[in-house]
Amino acid sequence: MVNATTDTQAIWDAIATVMDPEIPVLSVVDLGIITDVQITEEGAVQVRMTPTFSGCPAIKLMEKQVHDAVASLGFAEVQVETNFDVTWSSNRISEKGREIIKNFGLAPPPKYKDEPDMKLLEHTACPYCNSTNTTLKTPFGPTLCRSMHYCYDCLQAFEQFKPI
Amino acid sequence: MFNTDTLNALRRLLLAMADDHLIIGHRNSEWTGLGPILEEDIAFSSIAQDKIGHALGLYSILYEQLGEADPDTLAFMRNETDFTSCQLVEYPIGEYDFSLVRHLLFDVAALIRFEDASHSAYDPLAKLARKVKGEIKYHVFHASTFVKQLGQGSEESKARMQSALNQNMALALGMFESFEGEALLVQQGIYKGEAAIRTAWLGEVGAIVEEAGLKMPDAEKLEPIYGGRKGFHTEYLQPLLDEMTEVFRIDPAAEW
Repeated sequence: MVNATTDTQAIWDAIATVMDPEIPVLSVVDLGIITDVQITEEGAVQVRMTPTFSGCPAIKLMEKQVHDAVASLGFAEVQVETNFDVTWSSNRISEKGREIIKNFGLAPPPKYKDEPDMKLLEHTACPYCNSTNTTLKTPFGPTLCRSMHYCYDCLQAFEQFKPI
Repeated sequence: MFNTDTLNALRRLLLAMADDHLIIGHRNSEWTGLGPILEEDIAFSSIAQDKIGHALGLYSILYEQLGEADPDTLAFMRNETDFTSCQLVEYPIGEYDFSLVRHLLFDVAALIRFEDASHSAYDPLAKLARKVKGEIKYHVFHASTFVKQLGQGSEESKARMQSALNQNMALALGMFESFEGEALLVQQGIYKGEAAIRTAWLGEVGAIVEEAGLKMPDAEKLEPIYGGRKGFHTEYLQPLLDEMTEVFRIDPAAEW
């Protein structure tokens, strides 16, 4: 007989060992892409995910890694499904995730209400010196989730995990 | 829930939207390595990646919910005349000014479509649209920023923007070609409808064009270039499909 409560926590902990391949210190749980974990009466595990970007090239890899992490706990049947039932937004990134992103050298996405305003990009706080005397260089960066900025105070280019 | 005629109209709508995004995505990707500045190279490439993601999402609905072939088959194995993309998206990238203005005109329409679709009575489309619209906002932001900068730049940049706008306009109006069963979708709250999208588009594009200091061509005096939605294409689509499917055709059964 499975103990659904403790097992569910163990599954979340196992999933939290899977990192975003583009920010390899940020777990998929802190990124906010895991939307549901269920254990069926037959003891099978169902994990649901939602993509950060619809064209995210890493989603299949993350599905497989989440599958393997849960299967390593000894569950015989693990299903990982990605769908759009829950819409991912950068507001889903946890507080811990925001700290991790900043320590990684990226400006974390500002939280917003309803829909992000592009004005949010104009004076992003520099992740190195915290100055907001910065400018947006381009809304597209080295990965789909990043924009590129420049800080007039510490004279460094930096990237932001952009609000979306 | 929906009758056969409505479902068929829905298939036409989703296929047209998916084909538009696939083909413009392919064209945008052709700027990879060729952008006038590094940031634009990256922007067009990133936007291309998003567009292919949007096409995949739409083809996936056709496959998973509406009994059509799988996304790879739809994208890579159909004949030219089966594609219902508008002719605007198939034109070669040309000079940067042509591609930039096309990007603006296409994405303003795409944003209106997906914002409306996020309230669609057809739930799978509504869910996808809620995701996609946030991404397209960045595309419109990118295009309008550059069009405004270049429209207010040098005499040459201004003249090039105006000429690209004039060149694109009749093609862009072809995005709003009506299709069979469209009225059924409008009646049932599934889709806003081409005429309403065109009206909203003219307003939003007009405002950006004005801010850029350019002159909006008179849409009422132009003959929209229709045909794409019915499978009539220019000489440019087949070579694009040949290139896009070249690797796939070497071994269609390959595992990626």
